[in-house]
Amino acid sequence: MSLPPQLRKISPTIWELPCSYKDGMLVPVRIIASETLLASMENGVFEQAANVACLPGIVKYSFCMPDGHWGYGFPIGGVAAMDPATGVISPGGIGFDINCGMRLVLTNLTEKEVRPRIKELVDNMFSRIPTGVGCTGFVHCSRSEFRKVIQEGSRWCLKNGFAWPEDLEMTEEGGCFGGADAEVCSDKAIERGHDQVGTLGSGNHYCEIQVVRPENIFDRKTAAAFGLTIPNQVVITFHCGSRGFGHQVATDYLEKFLRVMTTKYGIKTHDRELACAPFRSPEGQAYFTAMKCAVNMGFANRQLILHRIREVFSHVFNRSPEELGMRMVYDVAHNTAKLETHMIDGMQRELLVHRKGATRSFGPGMDGIPECYRESGQPVIIGGSMETGSYLLAGESSAAATFFTTAHGSGRTMSRHQAKKMIKGQKLLGEMEQRGIYVRTASYGGLAEEAGFAYKDIDEVAAATEEAGLSRRVAKLVPIGNIKG
Amino acid sequence: MPFRFLDDIATADVAFESWGATREEVFSSCAAALLATMVEESEEVIRNKEIQIHLEHEELDLLLFAFLNELVFHKDARRLLLHVDNVMITERDKVFHLETVARGEEIAPDRHKLLVDVKAITLHCFALVQNGNLWKATVVVDV
Repeated sequence: MSLPPQLRKISPTIWELPCSYKDGMLVPVRIIASETLLASMENGVFEQAANVACLPGIVKYSFCMPDGHWGYGFPIGGVAAMDPATGVISPGGIGFDINCGMRLVLTNLTEKEVRPRIKELVDNMFSRIPTGVGCTGFVHCSRSEFRKVIQEGSRWCLKNGFAWPEDLEMTEEGGCFGGADAEVCSDKAIERGHDQVGTLGSGNHYCEIQVVRPENIFDRKTAAAFGLTIPNQVVITFHCGSRGFGHQVATDYLEKFLRVMTTKYGIKTHDRELACAPFRSPEGQAYFTAMKCAVNMGFANRQLILHRIREVFSHVFNRSPEELGMRMVYDVAHNTAKLETHMIDGMQRELLVHRKGATRSFGPGMDGIPECYRESGQPVIIGGSMETGSYLLAGESSAAATFFTTAHGSGRTMSRHQAKKMIKGQKLLGEMEQRGIYVRTASYGGLAEEAGFAYKDIDEVAAATEEAGLSRRVAKLVPIGNIKG
Repeated sequence: MPFRFLDDIATADVAFESWGATREEVFSSCAAALLATMVEESEEVIRNKEIQIHLEHEELDLLLFAFLNELVFHKDARRLLLHVDNVMITERDKVFHLETVARGEEIAPDRHKLLVDVKAITLHCFALVQNGNLWKATVVVDV
């Protein structure tokens, strides 16, 4: 892959494209990556990050994280902060899967205890957690009940017996973005999503049983603060979002913004997928409110899946989830826009931070993270491919440079069709089982698409975020069982 | 089939190119590509349910965008995998009108070789062009 000639190395992990790279750029692009990761980025990443740099009201830089890859509108891994008074909000800067995110759950079990039961656990999870194309949830919400779900998020789950009070504390924003109002969501969005609460979906969405081996702990003190205290401790990580409801909210507002962006607000973008509206406009505010509903659906969805995971472990080990120590470490959101206060050139400013395929990474002592993590910084969960596992990291103060944002995953390097040409799903399943990873999938084709070789090296991504000062590695989590949509 | 998947656009998602001799045909071809994105051997999806679709838009390409989004909507809201064999497009007062009956069946994970859930149709690289006697569309779907 040839890099743009204008790309300038600022530091070993910061690469800058100046405003002269493309007509209309208001700020430079900054790619955060190691040299190896940079070389694996497609040209689409640079073009898309430059398109984002043209959006009205953007502050400082259009960023791309180390796992960045070619997406639609923003690159995946794209981060942009807008001045709320003069800037825009863009659904293409958040993604269709609003509040796609990761959740990490502890157990007090060890690999030795779990290995003999792994098939039973994975089979049970596969039958109890709805997975795959068009799957519907185990909680059948009426449309009016669903409106409560999207306004209350995890709070609805707590009221209905699907959450522990401490789960909410361990979720970004307490599992509920305030100001969500179902009135701004279309009937179509409600219709599409009301029966999907508590479903995993497909694609790169998964639920994984993992082991924290002693040799994979990078920071013992923080690992202990996050609850990793037992050698070869078993944890569960899962990745999913707001399902059809969030997808429809984004689609609805993309269409609405296209109708008003140029005619009413005189804004032009390089890519129609970047359709936007001034944040303070009626359309911008309506989308922000609808997006919050989708964020809350994402939190509720992950909370119900957590409930099912606890039931499965409890059933298999014949002990209560409390006895099994099934506490949540944290829940992080990947695809959001949030109003946050950041120091910009020595001044505190409120900014609308778009994160698309990127994780908030609040450092030690910051407001907005649970009291128990004040000293360590917030837990950051970076999901890798199902073959390589994930990373648990901690937010750093030096992440201020990227509006306190870090990577979210490995990032693909190979298209889905290319991956399927390389390996058949059944073969991959067999190979993974031989390596000690037991997998159940709703789709063999979908499984092949998620093969480890289709992704960047997760070790390299996690190390790059540490070298860039965005998040520090705490532990690597290695898979032993997986369910995949 | 009048479509092919493109490997060199939007790595994490699925991109396809569809074609047809008329604008109506290219709409049907896009619907076939969308179905093939979600299910292998898509011709095995039987036609035992019907959905009437009426849409309108001032722009022909955005009519295609709305049409594909409608099919994605029915996949979640009614759990339907849909074929679209014939589409009728008319133009009245500078507005394009689409009418069709989509036919298919409910998702059956035990029978259908499901691939990946389509979340949305994106407008990234989205194009509908006529070149001589050939209509061509490029679509990137978020999966």
